[in-house]
Amino acid sequence: MIGPTLKGQRLVALFLLGCLLFNFPLLALFAGNARIWGIPLIYFYIFAAWIAIIALMALIIERKDR
Amino acid sequence: MLSGALIVVLSFAYVGMLFAIAYYGDKRADAGRSIIANPYIYTLSLAVYCTSWTFYGSVGRAATSGIGFLPIYLGPTLMAALWWYVLLKMIRISKANRITSIADFIASRYGKSHVLGGLVTIIAVLGIVPYIALQLKAISVSFSTMLQYPNAVASTASLPFLQDNTFYIAMLLAAFTILFGTRHLDATERHEGLVAAIAFESIVKLVAFIAVGVFVTYGMFDGFGDVFAKAAAVPELNALLIQGGAAGNYTTWASLTVLSMLAIILLPRQFQVAVVENVNERHLNKAIWLFPLYLFAINIFVLPIALGGLMHFPAGSVDADTFVLTLPMSEQKTWLALLAFVGGLSAATGMVIVETIALSTMVCNDLVMPILLRWKFLRLTESRDLSGLLLGIRRSAIVVVLVLGYGYFYLAGEAYALVSIGLISFTAVAQFAPAMIGGLFWKGGTRLGALCGLSAGFLVWLYSLLLPSFAKSGWLPITFLTEGIMGFDLLKPQQLFGLDGLDDISHCLFWSMIVNVGCYVGFSLWRQPTAAEHSQANLFVDVFRHVAPGSGSRFWRGSATVADLQTLLSRFIGPERANEAFAAYARSQGIPGIEQVTANAVLVHYVESQIAGAIGSASARDMVASVVVEEPLALDEVMAIIDEASQALAYSRQLEQKSRELEAATNELRGANQRLQELDRLKDDFISTVTHELRTPLTSIRAFSEILSDNPQLESEQRSKFLGIITRESERLTRLINQVLDLAKLESGAADWHPSEVDMREVLDDAVAALSQIYKERHITLDTRVPEYLPLVMADRDRITQVMLNLLSNAANFCDKENSRVSVALIAEFAVLRVEITDNGIGISAADQTVIFEKFRQVSDMSSGKPRGSGLGLAISREIIQHFGGRLWVESTPGTGAKFSFTLPLPRNNANFLAA
Repeated sequence: MIGPTLKGQRLVALFLLGCLLFNFPLLALFAGNARIWGIPLIYFYIFAAWIAIIALMALIIERKDR
Repeated sequence: MLSGALIVVLSFAYVGMLFAIAYYGDKRADAGRSIIANPYIYTLSLAVYCTSWTFYGSVGRAATSGIGFLPIYLGPTLMAALWWYVLLKMIRISKANRITSIADFIASRYGKSHVLGGLVTIIAVLGIVPYIALQLKAISVSFSTMLQYPNAVASTASLPFLQDNTFYIAMLLAAFTILFGTRHLDATERHEGLVAAIAFESIVKLVAFIAVGVFVTYGMFDGFGDVFAKAAAVPELNALLIQGGAAGNYTTWASLTVLSMLAIILLPRQFQVAVVENVNERHLNKAIWLFPLYLFAINIFVLPIALGGLMHFPAGSVDADTFVLTLPMSEQKTWLALLAFVGGLSAATGMVIVETIALSTMVCNDLVMPILLRWKFLRLTESRDLSGLLLGIRRSAIVVVLVLGYGYFYLAGEAYALVSIGLISFTAVAQFAPAMIGGLFWKGGTRLGALCGLSAGFLVWLYSLLLPSFAKSGWLPITFLTEGIMGFDLLKPQQLFGLDGLDDISHCLFWSMIVNVGCYVGFSLWRQPTAAEHSQANLFVDVFRHVAPGSGSRFWRGSATVADLQTLLSRFIGPERANEAFAAYARSQGIPGIEQVTANAVLVHYVESQIAGAIGSASARDMVASVVVEEPLALDEVMAIIDEASQALAYSRQLEQKSRELEAATNELRGANQRLQELDRLKDDFISTVTHELRTPLTSIRAFSEILSDNPQLESEQRSKFLGIITRESERLTRLINQVLDLAKLESGAADWHPSEVDMREVLDDAVAALSQIYKERHITLDTRVPEYLPLVMADRDRITQVMLNLLSNAANFCDKENSRVSVALIAEFAVLRVEITDNGIGISAADQTVIFEKFRQVSDMSSGKPRGSGLGLAISREIIQHFGGRLWVESTPGTGAKFSFTLPLPRNNANFLAA
């Protein structure tokens, strides 16, 4: 592997988290009529979770393990 | 309304620019200064995933299903997290085995099977060509939209194709792909210029889409909140926002996510850019998060554009798929519309170029070549140079794929079969997943399993997704859908076995995956894998362990000549490149020149992998086999090799252990050698000392004898004095010789011993009596401390007396001159009898305490000057004591005298020996 396998395990954990966040039943929690800054909740939730996952990926990849 | 000429010129100028970029990229690559060798270009090239289906279609999908377009991008985001394991492994395997397409990958994994490679190619062509058609349609629709807006768009497909710009664009793309995709045959099949152009296209489409999005969201509306607030006021649109349309159907959502997860690694174009065109596997690192970021960026404005379009145009007047173009145009933003048009063009052309090259490689290597090589009457296997033929096949395949794509677009037009092809394509390539992913991680997968799984999944896909789409387009009787085949209700293609309530994609995905995975696993377990399957499985699954290049050759045994191999290689990639390849091989093996290359397993594997780059692994194997006399390995031999490999670790540990032991043994040997050298030196010393010691008395005997014989009239007093000296010296000489002989006997074990029960008190008395004269002369006080009862010891009485005499005379010699005192003590301890002889002389330094027991070693720096005695006494004494199982040693503090002690073991039951 290119580096420590700890990175790989973190990424797999992130994958599982993503599967959870982007699926029923968590998705159903946000399917209401609510708005955040005028943006529908479900739309806001998905994009927020999406960018959060990307940020975590970046953190995992770019972090320099000592 | 824009001028048609402007749009045509613009689009051709854009494609021309791609030519320029690709040309520049290739030039730089030839000069060795690659412009694509960085993770950013790699990420942008991966973004070929976003086709016109993304650029135009996402908005269209969002307009009908709200957030339903998102799973297509969430899936790849999630998959990116697994790239660390999956994609990296695919890259490593492909580089090690020169794999150039997904068909080749699967064929190679299952024992280099022609049939499997061919099947994968057929599935890919059937699944992807309509997808290419969809891209051409998008180009065509965007053309007519630009030209005819604000009038309703008429399809250009109704035009004769010679008047259709799309046809010329398609041909231009074919020319581009041929020019930059098949410049030469290369074992790696990497195309730097092409990748540079694709990366550029990815920038263009992202910038164009975001520009339109920003314009709609902030130009036409007042930000996101405003778009959504206004949309919420329209009841039909509000439903899209809350319900989430397709998001309401979580099954569809989940199956689309899974589908796109598989598509991002299994689509031929993704395999091409992610695996084949990968320059350095480290680039994957950054792409893992940069690629999802790209997807995120290109999706932010999809919903605002869709909602904006729906609100801006009267319901149904404008196709939602064209909102990206029509919204700027309706606001008179001509340049923005042109930018969007170019963005859409770049999305479509990027996909078409990469997909075409990937398909043409597959068609050439896994479909056409195996068949041509099999046709004996073509005598291809004997032809001198096949590189031209190969390039010809590649180029023809490119043209054929594009003509097929255009033809399908031309014929299908607005048909359902074309519009819905995006997801149908995804489902087709998803059929590769079990064979592909299973093959990466499961060694048990066999050719039969992969073949059955793929075929079964493909047939289900054909029956439950592709044919129904034909039926919906009116090409097949619609009763096929409503009543099933020949009226069997259970066989209704989209409600197979009565399974209802799933959308067509989820339905097909479910059934095809069930039979695909089922057959793959079931038939893999049906029988033992063959040797070839087993060896390939190990090379693939354990690729991270087989790091060294050429490791595939472990499973090969046979013979070949270098000339044959070189000729073979030059037939496929041309003599020049073959020469280069051999030179590179020689360099990598540290061989000075091609002439010195020897034919071995590594070379054969190298040649095979070079040819595999040109014609696919299965054919390459056949070709190499034609010049190599190969002894096939039986399964048990392969197993043995694998066992060996797994034992290697254990061996290496044993080896480590052995080398440690060896080191210890070496150290011991070194020590022994040192002792031997020391002993040798001692022997030399001994001889020189003995001769020296012998010469001294001999010299004086001779000198005095000569005086006596030369002077017969010497006075009698003088004469008797000289005779006395001669006698004493003779005695000394005799004593010395006796001692040397004695020691030699003792050391060689040849001495006579007469053991008996000995009372040490008698021994002491004898010794003291023998030395009383000397003690008296020198005024030495002798104290003896003897217990009343003393056990007897088993020893040779004379020898023990000899020891006692030696120690006592030594004590007399070395004790203090003024107040001389020697004490002797006999002590009975538990198991030994100890004798202590203490003097009050100058003592012995710690360093000398061991030395004095060696032969001829005397403590020379004594106050009396010259040493006395032969220097053998203590050595002899120690030999004697050790013979009886005792110990002789000395304790001393310099200046206060020395204490010599020896012990003799007592018999176990000493009561019997107790002396009265």
